[in-house]
Amino acid sequence: MNAPTPKIELSGVKKSFGEKHVLRGLDLVVNKGESVVIIGGSGTGKSVLLKCILGILEPDAGSIKIDGKEATKLSGHMRDEHLAKFGMLFQGAALFDSLPVWRNVAFKLIQAQGMPRKEARERAIRTLAAVGLDPKVGDLYPAELSGGMQKRVALARAVVARPEIIFFDEPTTGLDPIMSDVINELIVKCVRELGATTLSITHDMASARKIADRIAMLHEGRIVWQGPKRDIDHSGNPYVDQFIHGRAEGPIKMQVRRL
Amino acid sequence: MNPLALIGRTFLEFLQATGRLGLFTGLSVSHCLRPPFYPRQILRQMLDIGYFSLPVVGLTALFTGMVLALQSNTGFARFEAEGAIATVVVLSITRELGPVMAGLMVAGRIGAAIAAELGTMRVTEQIDALTTLSTNPYKYLIVPRLIAGVIVLPILVLIADIIGVFGGFLVCVYRLKFNAANYISQSWQYLEFRDVSSGLWKSAVFGFIITLMGSYNGFNSKGGAQGVGAATTNAVVTSSILILVSDYVMTGIFFAGK
Repeated sequence: MNAPTPKIELSGVKKSFGEKHVLRGLDLVVNKGESVVIIGGSGTGKSVLLKCILGILEPDAGSIKIDGKEATKLSGHMRDEHLAKFGMLFQGAALFDSLPVWRNVAFKLIQAQGMPRKEARERAIRTLAAVGLDPKVGDLYPAELSGGMQKRVALARAVVARPEIIFFDEPTTGLDPIMSDVINELIVKCVRELGATTLSITHDMASARKIADRIAMLHEGRIVWQGPKRDIDHSGNPYVDQFIHGRAEGPIKMQVRRL
Repeated sequence: MNPLALIGRTFLEFLQATGRLGLFTGLSVSHCLRPPFYPRQILRQMLDIGYFSLPVVGLTALFTGMVLALQSNTGFARFEAEGAIATVVVLSITRELGPVMAGLMVAGRIGAAIAAELGTMRVTEQIDALTTLSTNPYKYLIVPRLIAGVIVLPILVLIADIIGVFGGFLVCVYRLKFNAANYISQSWQYLEFRDVSSGLWKSAVFGFIITLMGSYNGFNSKGGAQGVGAATTNAVVTSSILILVSDYVMTGIFFAGK
């Protein structure tokens, strides 16, 4: 019997910026409905990986398949169809500061799906309520919100169009531990309700433990370890051990010179 | 360091930048011709570029016309040619000063604003966010600005022409005590349709240059606040220079026969 087609399948993905080799032959499979979290230090190419899958960046080599269909080098109508499957929560929220909150949340509904404004507004307000925000917040502008509220608005914007695949780019960075946990809970809740496939990147282990089914460790442009969440504490992998315990000593070397 | 290598590298970088701008221009224009369009965005940009530039452009045109009349008077009085002042003012304003002055003022006002806005959107990942929301950033951000610029600048320049000529009239009639009716008839006497129309064609091109350079520099800015600052400066400087260069080229083409 054939295994079901994976939702996301990356093989041998490479991406360089000039002399800097960011991804060096990355392989990863994410199955339908699964939540995979990629952990790894800063500057290991986690964001680049997500942008390659979205098609914002084009990989130098390798293949990226979504639902078994090659997703690199798409254009025109095919690319629109490809992008319609995704929702993404950006690290810095990336809300449009020229639009009020509800227009941000309803953006995809109005601009890409052509939903009437009134209906889109209602749906935006409902989604804001689902992430614990008052309907009044809908008429504020992003600059008037705190960091935690912006993240919640961004989460509402990522899930409002019921995407099949959701990316979370460092969802808890810059938030206090309690707000981080609120965001994590919301992510778990939204994903469960939508039945979406998710790929997250983070270096916050508390967040990874909460939202992941499976964890993969990215180091120097490759996946060096992956496994179910419960195995993370006895992975037997020195990179993973160093990372989850946050030790400066270990196989991952930081280039530091003496003062 | 080898000076020849330096020259070579500078030249290659120049070619690279020109090529990148060429590709960007081609892509932007091709998106202008294909749906979806965003009429609301176009309207908003027209308001921003046109309506809110009126005070600045109007004042510039008024004083340009006034100083032109004053200068012509001091010069022409030496050989008793004051009768030509009206013609000089109206031709200079409609052919050259209206479009170029308005173009340069709008380049400072709008080119900078576009570069700063798109640059900030770039560094805060708002442009990437657009893509993830199934909206093409070229179509949503750049096309409305280009279209608005090309439509609105000629209108702005037509108004600037009128105000500028009126400025000349004010100085001649109220300060230099010319006869108002004479001045007006002299203004019309040698004015041809293409004096005005050539200026309007030029201004449409200036509108394209300003919005294109603002968009290009903003869209490709990187590296936080400093990058956005550099993008803004580049947008204003390059569009101002391109306005002056293309003005010369277009004048050569429009009045080739004379």
